[in-house]
Amino acid sequence: MSLVEIESLRLSIGNFEILKGVDLHIEQGEVLGLVGESGSGKSMTALTLMRLLPDLARTSGRVSFDGIDILNAPETAMNRLRGDDIGMVFQEPMTALNPVKTIGEQVAEGIRWHRGVNRKDAENSARAMLDRVGLPEAKFPLTRYPHELSGGQRQRVVIAIACALHPKLLVADEPTTALDVVLQAQILQLLRDLVDEQKMGLLLISHDLAVVADMADRVTIMRHGEVMDTGETGRILTEKTHPYTRQLAEASTHVPERTSRFISPPRTPPHKGGVPGAGPALLEIRDVTRDYASRRLSLFSRAEPFRAVSGVSFDLYEGQSMALVGRSGCGKSTLARMILALDRPTSGSIRFGGAELTTKSEAELRPSRRNMQVVFQDPYGSFNPRHKVERLVAEPLHLLESQPSRAERRERVAQALAEVGLSAADMDKYPHEFSGGQRQRLSIARALITRPKLIVADEPVSALDVSIRSQVLDLFADLNQRLSVAYLFITHDLVVARAITDQVMVMHEGEIVERGDTGAVLDAPRSEAGRMLVAASPDLDRALARRRQTAIG
Amino acid sequence: MSAEPASPPVEDAGQFVRAAFSNASFVTGFVITALIALMALVSFVWTPYDVINLTVANRMQPISAQHWFGTDHFGRDILSLIMMGARNSIAVAFVAVGIGMGIGVPLGCWAAARGGWIDEALMRFNDLVFAFPALLSAIMITAIFGPGAVNAIVAIGIFNIPVFARVARAGAMALWPREYVLAARASGKSATLITIEHILPNIASLLLVQGTIQFALGILAEAGLSYLGLGAQPPMTSWGRMLFDAQTRMMVAPHLAIFPGLAIVVTVLGLNLLGDGLRDVLDPRLRRQR
Amino acid sequence: MTLFLLKRVVIGLITLLVASVVVFSVMEILPGDPARIMLGMNATPEALATLREQMGLNVPLLERYANWVTGMAVGDFGNSYTYRSPVIDLIAERAIVSLPLAVISLALSTMIAIPVGIFAAARRGRMGDTVSMGTAQIGVAIPNFWFALLLIYVFAVWLRLVPAGGFPGWAGGIWPGLKALILPAVALALPQAAILARVTRSAMLEVLGEDYIRTARAKGMPRRTVLWRHALRNAMIPVLTILGLQFAFLLAGTIIIENVFYLPGLGRLLFQAINQRDLIVVEGVVMLLVASVVLVNILVDIAYAMVDPRLRSRA
Repeated sequence: MSLVEIESLRLSIGNFEILKGVDLHIEQGEVLGLVGESGSGKSMTALTLMRLLPDLARTSGRVSFDGIDILNAPETAMNRLRGDDIGMVFQEPMTALNPVKTIGEQVAEGIRWHRGVNRKDAENSARAMLDRVGLPEAKFPLTRYPHELSGGQRQRVVIAIACALHPKLLVADEPTTALDVVLQAQILQLLRDLVDEQKMGLLLISHDLAVVADMADRVTIMRHGEVMDTGETGRILTEKTHPYTRQLAEASTHVPERTSRFISPPRTPPHKGGVPGAGPALLEIRDVTRDYASRRLSLFSRAEPFRAVSGVSFDLYEGQSMALVGRSGCGKSTLARMILALDRPTSGSIRFGGAELTTKSEAELRPSRRNMQVVFQDPYGSFNPRHKVERLVAEPLHLLESQPSRAERRERVAQALAEVGLSAADMDKYPHEFSGGQRQRLSIARALITRPKLIVADEPVSALDVSIRSQVLDLFADLNQRLSVAYLFITHDLVVARAITDQVMVMHEGEIVERGDTGAVLDAPRSEAGRMLVAASPDLDRALARRRQTAIG
Repeated sequence: MSAEPASPPVEDAGQFVRAAFSNASFVTGFVITALIALMALVSFVWTPYDVINLTVANRMQPISAQHWFGTDHFGRDILSLIMMGARNSIAVAFVAVGIGMGIGVPLGCWAAARGGWIDEALMRFNDLVFAFPALLSAIMITAIFGPGAVNAIVAIGIFNIPVFARVARAGAMALWPREYVLAARASGKSATLITIEHILPNIASLLLVQGTIQFALGILAEAGLSYLGLGAQPPMTSWGRMLFDAQTRMMVAPHLAIFPGLAIVVTVLGLNLLGDGLRDVLDPRLRRQR
Repeated sequence: MTLFLLKRVVIGLITLLVASVVVFSVMEILPGDPARIMLGMNATPEALATLREQMGLNVPLLERYANWVTGMAVGDFGNSYTYRSPVIDLIAERAIVSLPLAVISLALSTMIAIPVGIFAAARRGRMGDTVSMGTAQIGVAIPNFWFALLLIYVFAVWLRLVPAGGFPGWAGGIWPGLKALILPAVALALPQAAILARVTRSAMLEVLGEDYIRTARAKGMPRRTVLWRHALRNAMIPVLTILGLQFAFLLAGTIIIENVFYLPGLGRLLFQAINQRDLIVVEGVVMLLVASVVLVNILVDIAYAMVDPRLRSRA
């Protein structure tokens, strides 16, 4: 008998059907990867297993865990299961821990609850567990509060809570999505080790095929509340017999077609070598540093400023596509803001099109701003929800010397919309009428409308599902070709960097530690930080190759 | 994946009206508030009895078919007085909210846009005003500058300023780091323009909800001041003033106190229900919790 | 933590200092000659001169302010013109009525509101929630002085259980004094309790929607246990804020309520002093009330820090 058996599980909230007959099973000690895009119902499947669904959810079908009928078990029986036989790890480590309780209390709590042991014994077990997940007591005493830990450390605490009583099954719902790639690799390794040691079953939910390819024995792929494909990981992902599986796999390794992978257009003089020599640079950054005041720790000590960006210099040429990669908190977004003149450097110089930006007033910046636009990460937060598309996309026209007439304005908006693959009819809609991918197109249309020479894109595809992501990347690549607009692409995702940039810079703790042609740097990074990023970065092809190797060896 | 589709905020007027009128709390509050306002308006052209000409022979009559709510110590019809009093209560509260919004909202938006010491100074000023219990200061002001409806308005209005400044600032501070505001900044728009185009429309719902709350508090405060004899002065009347007159006659004629008090309770209840309903309709996050 | 406390105390002192400037200017500069205000328009020049002398109005403004502030710092609030006794004695005599009244009503309001709020949150959408929150909705709308009038009518006039007003003093024992404070305390407390219960409920609901509540449920603890162990303490943070604000409300409320019940407390002293234009008493009582609001806010901040470890590590 399998550890978990789910048969024709249906789930609806109100009139909305979320799961439409899901079947899956997990064996003792097996890792099952549950993959799907947003809205596929993968998280709801996990919550059904824990029976922690929203109050309004209605379920039918059969779910059994270790012979227990989960859908019909009394609440007291579920309480005995949760935290003891089934542990769960959630996506968002920053909010998953109670801010007013120490980590020791929170880990020990479940142990005391289920085992009825005294406080001291529970604390001893908690101490051992925290030590096991990489939080040794010498550095992380039990009396620490969650806010004193980083995101990765908090996720370790959540894992310690989930695994404290050696459950038969661990459910991990996107456990690394909120973390950067290096932390992701560490947490995945920890999960893998714990599963091996404790002979647990693991239900690993992820949107990322590459992560699952590395971790899972078997994969189940879901879409719109239904199981599309299921089977042994290597076979499913190599053979790709199911069309949806193929579509997902191709989207996650997608590289847009770009004719020249270097400084592209024939309009600019030809260059040789990695760094274009001739012609003035579009963007010249010299020794840029940004300090932030930090809080004083005591009354008598002076506050040490926090250096977010430290002595950064580089050039960017017209039509060039440059990636800025690094772990979260490395200073890449701060640098982007300074380039966009939304923040000023503490010292150093930023010249754009030959004009110094750092000393200019807002009025003097207008000509530069016309040639420089921005695309943000969050397709939901990028638009004022109360304005219509016409007004939203036209916003940068504010920078023009003479304001266009209404007809002219509509004309330009229509053109920008056409350029990103939307229709002129979309002009009179509100942003909430668009999907995430379409909104990101709107965001790009807004950035294009003044015909800028540079677009700074801050993680522009990281909030999108893989299939949508590949389409948006195609659009970026196409615009770079056609309009010879230069990109500064800020990303933590090396697949994205590889897909559409000529050059890449690796940023680490405020400094640029490595720079070169994208392919060269990502294939053979020279800096320590670059090597760590590349090693940690999930990659479907590499994962499958590793899998074949171990299968043979 | 992580980006959960934000529930679409209320966009256009039609959608708002539909959502509002399917909310029980809003509808109840709206009906009560509209009735009270109507009553005040009607009193300008008609009241059941004349309240200027006193008929002392009719004084302190209990509830009857002629006088639904009885009469007071001058023989005036209480229902008519309540209708007249509604004008004063509403006017005081309305102007006081206007003062608070008119000064507080620009201050709060300014502090949020500029940050730094301006923000700090405004917040300290707020703390200072909050250290004076509002009614206490209103009593001081009306006591020094003389009792009367105008001074009551000013006194209550002043203490609405920091309330609105705080709400506007908090709302604006949450919006400034939003990406659409950053995009507007990258489009070269000034802080004033961004505040008008992007900040104010998106904090309007917060302000509207706070406005109904302050309106209700204003009615309570006016009643308190008038009850102490510091608000509306005869021959003007207000609900608080009626309670002031009723107090000493409570033992013999409790109806003198009951009906003006009920008028206050019903009005404040209506406004609070209206505010709760508006909040439910306008704030999707709270709506989801229900 | 020490730094945090120190900062709060310094801010409190600055607030007090600025408040003293405001009170002083409002009372002594804006309306013109304080002596004339106190004596009224028909006063003789001799009487005015004597009063000026008594009040120290002959010295320059700044010096007068300095004298007043330094005096208060050592407990000398000046002498009342109408009562012909030191203001501090008047305050002390009245505080023994107002202080118990404020404390009893705050305690009453908290003891009613917080359990009701938790109860309503725990049974969200069910009968108990609807009934208790419906009652609270009405309670919020009731003016406390009107509620006081109703209470007097029912319990003093009709049922004759308690006195309708006045205060026998504490000399005759605790019970008669307490008995006189019961109705005023209830009248003050219930409308406040209604507000507090609503805040408690919504704070609880907000916290119950947090991720860490799900984490706790995933440990296998039933809903109710999670509510007590995890939600309550986090929900107390907004509740404390409202408690601090309510204290200021309560103080102002005493002014009216003491008038309704003819209680010889600080509120009534202030009201009478205003009517008699006894500015020195008004200034003293107002400063005292402001100081107690500031003090309560500092206490609330300390309570915050006890509840929330994030504040403890922050300056």
